[in-house]
Amino acid sequence: MADKAERVVTVRSRHGLHARPGALFVHTANGFRCKVEVEAKGKTANAKSIISVLSLGINCGDTIVIRARGEDAAQAVAALAEVAEKELE
Amino acid sequence: MEIKGVAAAPGIGIGRAMVVAPGTQRGDAGVTAASPPGAATVRAAEEITAEAVPGELARFASAVDAVRAALTALRAQVARTSGEDNAAIIDAQVLMLDDPALVEGVRERIGTAHKTARQAVVEVVEQLAAGLEAVPDEYIRQRATDVRDAGRQLVAFLDGETATPEAAGVVVTPELTPSQAAALDGDKVDGIVSGGGGRTSHAAFLAAARGIPAVFGVGEAWRQVRDGDTLVVDGNRGVVTVNPAAEELEAFRAQRAAWLAERAALARLRDLPAETADGRRRVELAANIGEPGDVAAALASGAEGIGLFRTEFLFLERTDLPSEEEQFQAYRAVLEGMGGWPVIIRTLDAGGDKPVAALGLPAEDNPFLGHRAIRICLDRTDVFATQLRALLRASAYGRLLIMFPFIASVDEVRRAKAVLAEVKAGLDREGIAYDPNVQVGVMIEVPSAAVTADLIAPEVDFFSIGSNDLTQYTLAVDRTNERVASYYNPLHPAVLRLCKQVIDAAHGAGIWAGMCGEMAGDPQAIPILLGLGLDEFSMSPQALPKAREIIRSLTMDEAEARARAALQRL
Repeated sequence: MADKAERVVTVRSRHGLHARPGALFVHTANGFRCKVEVEAKGKTANAKSIISVLSLGINCGDTIVIRARGEDAAQAVAALAEVAEKELE
Repeated sequence: MEIKGVAAAPGIGIGRAMVVAPGTQRGDAGVTAASPPGAATVRAAEEITAEAVPGELARFASAVDAVRAALTALRAQVARTSGEDNAAIIDAQVLMLDDPALVEGVRERIGTAHKTARQAVVEVVEQLAAGLEAVPDEYIRQRATDVRDAGRQLVAFLDGETATPEAAGVVVTPELTPSQAAALDGDKVDGIVSGGGGRTSHAAFLAAARGIPAVFGVGEAWRQVRDGDTLVVDGNRGVVTVNPAAEELEAFRAQRAAWLAERAALARLRDLPAETADGRRRVELAANIGEPGDVAAALASGAEGIGLFRTEFLFLERTDLPSEEEQFQAYRAVLEGMGGWPVIIRTLDAGGDKPVAALGLPAEDNPFLGHRAIRICLDRTDVFATQLRALLRASAYGRLLIMFPFIASVDEVRRAKAVLAEVKAGLDREGIAYDPNVQVGVMIEVPSAAVTADLIAPEVDFFSIGSNDLTQYTLAVDRTNERVASYYNPLHPAVLRLCKQVIDAAHGAGIWAGMCGEMAGDPQAIPILLGLGLDEFSMSPQALPKAREIIRSLTMDEAEARARAALQRL
């Protein structure tokens, strides 16, 4: 049975998950084998897709849920939470 | 051959003619957008049998590979000829091409919905691009262009063409309606030639807002164009050149390149956030407009919304009242033109210096202190309700905020909101769509409202300071009387202290405060207003670039020091 992990975080990056922070988030997600989803404002996106993540229009201060399923799920969620909570430009 | 018309939307567009006249049928994505809604179009088969799925999946995979290879080759060439920065633009396209949302979405549509690879690409690209465009952020919306570019090249490959980034062409039509214009995609359409229409038509400003050069009003001359002709649309001069000679075409290409470069330079400047030099505070810069045709100018100057759309143009210089439908069309045009950006529409501000003949109101000795604006609307609730209904119906097409002018006390706010609630109930009963979350705010332009702003704040979602009237009422200076013009001073500490009171009251109640008077675009006033904590500055589009520059040059400490000094300086 595959591992599951989930975490609720508040986005601290000043421009939300737009532009560079968004790209970094997706790049980080693609470093893991598990499936990763991000949920915001009632919508869910594939965290490995820059198009999907940008379409969520996540702003600084928004609460998001990061959900992963697969062998490295826990590491993926921890790494992505760190990106989202970092106060990037 | 040259065809003369009216310069409807600026720029130089070059492309193959696509004649879209009644009776012609097309299946190309760029052109179906221009055909009338509901018109039958003959398309290649869009669906396949289950047996054909593996073959179609393979075609899609080879299209992705081919386009990626073409882009990689193009990237190397661009890096050589125009530098690494421009080459990086192509990296973004490759990223989109390999995005799992695109790849998996298309495979899913082929595999389960049995669509052809081409149709699956068209549908998924449109869905993804629309999702990006719905986000009110310039950077994200521009990514829709990358997705569409990737999709267009895939479609081109699947259609058996070479995968080169070629645009769709120039739409030639006897009459371009606003709804057709609204559906046109600036990335796909190189230009528009229309038999009818003029510079101030809604279709013209929609074309301009999408950056599509357009020549309107060419009359019957559109018939001289054949499908596939090479057209140059000069939207600056209002001239269309059909099948120009090689050296002529070369000159037009240079003009087009210059135009694109200028647009890009302007875009870079205007997309910088309106934030202070120390990054401590970011404000919103919006535009004041008086008619739908002003939207293009607002967007071009970098407006992050419309802070004041005056609706009087619908009511002035006529003897009857505008119908609900006429108003709805105008409001909808602005909301659609502004995409997802917020649009504050002010309800009728008649009276004062703006008489409305159809209301049959008698002349007054003191019109500025008389029966005007919300006072008229609360007496003529029929006129008011019609406008609110048109506004709410339009709210389904963008992000609308409604603003009531000339509020003097909380009582008028409650009465106006009661009319709004009735109109909403009526729409609910009829099952007509509107945005239930439309924000409602008031203009603060009467000193009594400024002084009691804390009492009004709980009733509304925002304030917008009308500095022209606030100044004239506070200082007892008729702003239309030349002889007392020297007494008119928006920077008078009395006016500034009222502004401070309004902003503080707003923030105390957890709502935002903006300003839509001329003061908001005044280079002298901007640092002070910034220091007072104003959240939104709305001004004429021409004033926006300078305002952005001023805000970006100041630290918050400097702005606050200027505000403190100005509050004390007579």
